[in-house]
Amino acid sequence: MIDKRVGSLVEAVAGIEDGATVLVGGFGNSGIPVELVHALLDEGARDLTLVTNNAGSGETDVAALIREHRVRKIICSYPRSSGSIWFEERYRAGELELELVPQGTLSERMRAAGAGLGGFFTPAGADSLLAEGKEVRMINGRRHVFEEPLHGDVALIKARSADRWGNLVYSTAARNFGPTMATAATVTVVQVREFVELGDLDPECIVTPGIFVDRVVRVAGS
Amino acid sequence: MSGPRLSLSDMARRVARDIPSGAYVNLGIGMPTLVGEVVSPEKEIVYHSENGILGMGPAPAPGEGDPELINAGKQPVTLLPGGSYFHHTDSFMMMRGGHIDVTVLGGFQVSEKGDLANWATDEVGHPPAVGGAMDLAVGAKRVLVLMTHTTKAGTPKILPLCTYPLTAAGVVDRIYTELAVIDVVAGGLVVRELVSGLSREELQARTGARLAFADDVAELVPGTV
Repeated sequence: MIDKRVGSLVEAVAGIEDGATVLVGGFGNSGIPVELVHALLDEGARDLTLVTNNAGSGETDVAALIREHRVRKIICSYPRSSGSIWFEERYRAGELELELVPQGTLSERMRAAGAGLGGFFTPAGADSLLAEGKEVRMINGRRHVFEEPLHGDVALIKARSADRWGNLVYSTAARNFGPTMATAATVTVVQVREFVELGDLDPECIVTPGIFVDRVVRVAGS
Repeated sequence: MSGPRLSLSDMARRVARDIPSGAYVNLGIGMPTLVGEVVSPEKEIVYHSENGILGMGPAPAPGEGDPELINAGKQPVTLLPGGSYFHHTDSFMMMRGGHIDVTVLGGFQVSEKGDLANWATDEVGHPPAVGGAMDLAVGAKRVLVLMTHTTKAGTPKILPLCTYPLTAAGVVDRIYTELAVIDVVAGGLVVRELVSGLSREELQARTGARLAFADDVAELVPGTV
């Protein structure tokens, strides 16, 4: 019997190794898998590369990983925000490498990884500093920059409901990077508010089919 | 800076006039957000937010709403009837793929060729951040820039060439400032509207790039825009 449900956050993040590339869902404070990230903190993996839109704020989740020196590199589009004190502290100290990527490119690079593609050409950023060192090609009279796929060892995302096959539906704008990240990692771990029975999710409305999901854990009230 | 000028709400109202009913619109963070508050309620506009919302509505009443339903500026919003949620890759497909009719963006600098610099200055030691600015600038069908005409120090922001790092080259269609409405056309910049009480020479003096003037420059009267 296929059953991707796990009973604890400890099991959900088990096996994440030092040096892993971890995709972390969320945009601002919307859709962040806070409890999974704290479980990763407790699990202890170090030297991580995080792929996430923002670099955390305050003292929780991504900011806590950075504060505790677990992150070597962050790949993101908008690291600076109100309260991103730990990112700024570690960045200024030269301890944290930053790869800045336009937001659409960040998402599409993960999509390419999930889709088995070798990358893509995009006009976004082609005329900017972010294209430095990358191949630029004229396509239909416009400059496009080549961007490589971005694959994760692990994805940590948040959804609203899951069944035991790992089919997912999300909640409002908390969906954001979740569906794309789910496709782009070797192991996709999802925290959900509720488990539902197989067949309860309307097949016309399932957003992430379970084939992209490896583990789901229930975090009540999340 | 003293002298005749439009207020911020005048500027937002002026931009709003150029947004047609039925348009799919993305408003940038900061000053552009004001435009949504002054668009005529008779127009049906579908607002897009990069984090996966179409049909975005106003802020919820205090204490109500869904804390995870936020706009690109991370402020709480609502969803209008007919609105939808979608994931980031689809959202940026809309932006980059030419499906957004109009975007209103802030600007640090705009060049006479329509180059836009709005994501980074030359401030050293300040960690950079780009967000969705580049995708939106290259992809929206019409790119409107709403910004002050000069910096606080009085330095022109409309220039022959941007000195700050570019967001995108040759993308800006129209510039709205407290002094003028300026189109970016093949030959350079054309002033369409000028705030009342300001001479053409005075406008040129506050502008780094060379300005041409339309045959029928309209007057922008503060408080009546």
